[in-house]
Amino acid sequence: MLLGRIIGNVVCTMKDPALLGQKLLIVQPLDRKGRDKGRPIIALDAVGAGAGETIYWCRGKEASFPFLPADLPTEATIVGIVDSVNIPVN
Amino acid sequence: MTFDHTLLGMLIGRVIGDVVATQKVASHDGRKILVVQPLQLDGSDRGDPVLALDSVDAGIGDRVLLTTEGFSAMTAVGRPNSPIDSAVIGVIDSIELEGE
Repeated sequence: MLLGRIIGNVVCTMKDPALLGQKLLIVQPLDRKGRDKGRPIIALDAVGAGAGETIYWCRGKEASFPFLPADLPTEATIVGIVDSVNIPVN
Repeated sequence: MTFDHTLLGMLIGRVIGDVVATQKVASHDGRKILVVQPLQLDGSDRGDPVLALDSVDAGIGDRVLLTTEGFSAMTAVGRPNSPIDSAVIGVIDSIELEGE
């Protein structure tokens, strides 16, 4: 899983029927210090996340598992809203 | 994205922190979310840190075995059909390298 911050959302009227009712969010990946790192990705939401929140997401086939028994075509899904990141300085 | 696609197979990493998340998928409840920095064999950083669920009670500072593939991660954590793509599956005691 990886850390990210929600910076927006995507609306699709025409889409795979399995995606009906699902929120598509734009996620900016973050580095260990919470700074933007790399390019944003689009992810489904399984936890009710919203704009500006720090989240973590899962990639790959496992990204569809929160929606079982439905089979959703997703390769990235937000699976948690982050309260705090604790990285002690060495 | 931050995921380094050269990270294939199991990796050596160091636990550098943890994450608290109250609101998350139910199948992640009760498992530590660790921040793991993948390492080269010489101990230097390899790519960016990832979040991994803990299956062996690892702690901050431990050198660990990290899987970055979903099936093995789910299996180790004992949560089948859970959205887990990375897990800490061992705490490393020692590493022997040829020629050392």
